[in-house]
Amino acid sequence: MRDVTEGEKRVSKEAYAYTPGLKVKRAMTVSKTRRLPILGDVYVEVGDKVDYDTVTARTEISGDPEIVKVAMLLGVEPEDLPRYMTVKVGDKIAEDEVIAAYNAFFGLIKKRVPSPIEGTVESISDITGQVIVRGLPVPVEVEAYIPGKVVDVLPREGAVIETNAAFIQGIFGIGGETHGRLKMAVDSPDKELTADRITPEDKGEVLIGGSLVTLEALRKGAEVGVSCIVAGGVRHQDITTFIGEEIGVAITGQEEVGLSLIITEGFGKMRMSQRTFDLLKRFDGYMVSVNGATQIRAGVMRPEIIIPHEEGFEKASSDELAAGMVPGTPVRIIRKPYFGAIGKVVSLPVELQRVDSESYVRVLEVELDDGRVVTVPRANVEIIEE
Amino acid sequence: MATLRKPKEEMQYILATDVGSTTTKARFFHKRDGEWRFLVAGEAPTTVETPYEDVTLGVRNAVREVEELTGHRILSLDGSGIAVPYDGEIGVDLYCTTSSAGGGLQMMVAGLIKMMTAESANRAALGAGAIVMDVIARDDGRKTYQKIKRIRSLRPDMILLAGGTDGGATAHVLEIVELIKAAEPKPRLGVAYELPIVYAGNKVLRTQVEKLMNEDFALTMVDNLRPVLEVENTEPARRAVHELFMEHVMSHAPGYLKLMKWTDVDIMPTPAGEGMAMQLIASTYKRNVLGVGLGGATTNVYSIVDGRFVRSVSANLGMSYSVTNVMKAAGVENIMRWLPFKLDKEDVASRLMNKMIRPTTIPQTLEDLIVEHSVAREALRLGLEHHKTIATRLKGIQLQRTISDMFDQALEETYIKMMVIDIIAGTGGLLSHAPRRVQSMLILMDAFQPEGVTRMFQDSVFMMPHLGVLSTVYREAAWSVFDKDCLVRLGTAIAPAGTGNPGEPVMAVELEMPDGETMKEELKFGEVKLIDLAERQEAKAVITPHRGYDVGEGPGHRVESTVMGGVAGIILDARGRPLHLPEEEGARKETLLRWFRALDLYPEDKLKEIV
Repeated sequence: MRDVTEGEKRVSKEAYAYTPGLKVKRAMTVSKTRRLPILGDVYVEVGDKVDYDTVTARTEISGDPEIVKVAMLLGVEPEDLPRYMTVKVGDKIAEDEVIAAYNAFFGLIKKRVPSPIEGTVESISDITGQVIVRGLPVPVEVEAYIPGKVVDVLPREGAVIETNAAFIQGIFGIGGETHGRLKMAVDSPDKELTADRITPEDKGEVLIGGSLVTLEALRKGAEVGVSCIVAGGVRHQDITTFIGEEIGVAITGQEEVGLSLIITEGFGKMRMSQRTFDLLKRFDGYMVSVNGATQIRAGVMRPEIIIPHEEGFEKASSDELAAGMVPGTPVRIIRKPYFGAIGKVVSLPVELQRVDSESYVRVLEVELDDGRVVTVPRANVEIIEE
Repeated sequence: MATLRKPKEEMQYILATDVGSTTTKARFFHKRDGEWRFLVAGEAPTTVETPYEDVTLGVRNAVREVEELTGHRILSLDGSGIAVPYDGEIGVDLYCTTSSAGGGLQMMVAGLIKMMTAESANRAALGAGAIVMDVIARDDGRKTYQKIKRIRSLRPDMILLAGGTDGGATAHVLEIVELIKAAEPKPRLGVAYELPIVYAGNKVLRTQVEKLMNEDFALTMVDNLRPVLEVENTEPARRAVHELFMEHVMSHAPGYLKLMKWTDVDIMPTPAGEGMAMQLIASTYKRNVLGVGLGGATTNVYSIVDGRFVRSVSANLGMSYSVTNVMKAAGVENIMRWLPFKLDKEDVASRLMNKMIRPTTIPQTLEDLIVEHSVAREALRLGLEHHKTIATRLKGIQLQRTISDMFDQALEETYIKMMVIDIIAGTGGLLSHAPRRVQSMLILMDAFQPEGVTRMFQDSVFMMPHLGVLSTVYREAAWSVFDKDCLVRLGTAIAPAGTGNPGEPVMAVELEMPDGETMKEELKFGEVKLIDLAERQEAKAVITPHRGYDVGEGPGHRVESTVMGGVAGIILDARGRPLHLPEEEGARKETLLRWFRALDLYPEDKLKEIV
């Protein structure tokens, strides 16, 4: 029996290259590009100060079209349709306004076709006998989302906003952009966020849980109007019940379930990393911007918590690329059998090693917080960015 | 069009790349002693997004790795790209590439009747390597406003529009055209992009279609893909889709204009390259082939049956990004039925959710490996089910029915019958990284349930797309590498169709081995056996199925065949078709363990620890 080693030798390097950690930064310059889906008008200028809900750009997308089978409704041939139209292409019309009329037998037979919507006549076809009425345009606005300063304007598209902030990425989330006051709902990263810890006073707030948020807590949060819940983990069954369907692929952000949810570690009960918990605790009571939207594909997008502040920015770092792993690098193991464990890299052997599954892979040795030294595939750790 | 810069017989070095959505993979081929062989691979992250936004950077990095490993310089000294042709010191004689960066080719398809022109258009788009986002038809069950809403929410790269036979329906086809025009579909690639539409419908409507669409779209007219009901002619549409992919989609991806200048052969969507490779197997062996690419995000299934090539893509069935969608589509219970040990549902679900959010992790424990292998069986099973809905006989044709047809419940739509499939070929990370080759062979067998005598292949290192695109200009070189370095012969499966009760005789197999020895095996229902027969060795087999079992010549009829060996060997499979697992949990686990042990599928010491 021939075992596979050739292919693995070649991919191991690739796996090594991909161990980006989630960002947990106390002070960095966060910049957000706020862009319209189609061209429109930009309402801000470079240097302007903006707040969470400042409208930075606005446009209108064309309204929904309504296709009316006029010839069929009148009982005439499509080629005769133009004779019976009471409006022409380009006319603005009201809902229920007659757009075509047919009279026969000196008015004994009268047929009228009303417009189903308010809008504009876009086309009249003498082949299909259809008339297309275009609905009113729909306005689209893009808000600033984070308070800060406009540093760039993208003509007719939007603007780039910058702010000094603490920045924390989650691993998975649901629900879109929102903001609110950060509130620690538990006092330790291994505590569960249960429904009894949520009260009506939490309306509009961003609640921080510990190792797990329960289904009841999610429901209670949505009921009292919590903006967002952040926790280490959530049970698969609970999130499925809460959003009403199983998650297939990780492209989220559009859910309308009453609140946004950000999990920082993974599925199941997962103690929130001490670093993340401590950082959030430090900014208890601050206003924060959060977004649960997640996209795990090329162009990966992770959920985020942005805490604007101006403290200790003398050493503020920008969003530099993380360095590779070396002995001493703090890492988190992200797969069984040591899932969630935190430690420091001890060594990075060059040779492929056989793991329990019999695969030959590139590994590293990690000294865990409890002193044990374990061997894990390099693909199964992520760097904890300091 | 490809213009080769050196006569084929003078070529010595060929470079092929695949610019994938996350990784760019370079494969380097060399002619040694008159024979083309795979030399070395280089890989680097794809650089399609900020801050790089130029795919050629990733290509350079991957090629640089090849240079480091071989000491052969490929990149031109002036930094202009890949040096072609090889001048005796640096360069390669031919460079070609496939691409799926930025999500590949995403298409919307529309036709008049769902089961007729829309279905043919769907097959044409899939055959060109596209991901079909939706198929719009007059009778697709949705109301007009729902279709408009859907079209407005899609962001296609291209639209394929069909409808009506030549000289057939007119007004109804134009209704579909009007519907698309009114919905104002927006391209994914931004406001500056003119959305290409291929019209492959009733040819008498071309003037009207042009009048309606020319202003807002980049319109291309090709021959009708259903000129008459009895004929499906997808080739002109497929070709047009491919050309537009080059002209519009590729040229909008960052760096592609540069990459296009580097290559001698048109850039091809990755799945189209993979499809070419599957066709290469079919045309070389002159056999019916069922191929599968089980990827992280998608599962592509290809069939070549009696010369007809069909591809299907299940865009959300995969082993990493889409692993939880497999769970959603198959049901967690169906994944768990392949586990010979106890895990609770929430545990399995959490494992898969955690894999989905950290898709590059790999199983370290045997338990985790077996969970992934279970998911793979279900992803493949669903992928094949989907493929069967695409690989169908042409509908809308009057069929001559015989009396015997009337006794059938219904005339089956698909022509994919496992008994007519001679070769199964698999590719993708999970299969090629399986620690024991027999694991990938059994995964493919459990999922596809081959019947009769079926040869099993898989690729060694991911290079089917590379060889597929190469085969379009230099078939001999592509096949040489394919045969010697890419195709791993797993072995042959011998599996009678039919079911029975445990312990009942199913078949007798007599094998005349290469050393002249004759082996005789009697298999009872529920048994599976592995016979060692090495790669590139053959044995003469006489298979005598018991009454009620069929290995290709009808129930109870003997079959003589030459069976090929492989790295796994010959698997004699008397587990029955369709394959059933006991309902009762204890019996199910015991059955799985018996099968796994009979094939020496997993390391026994580790297996004992977890069951």
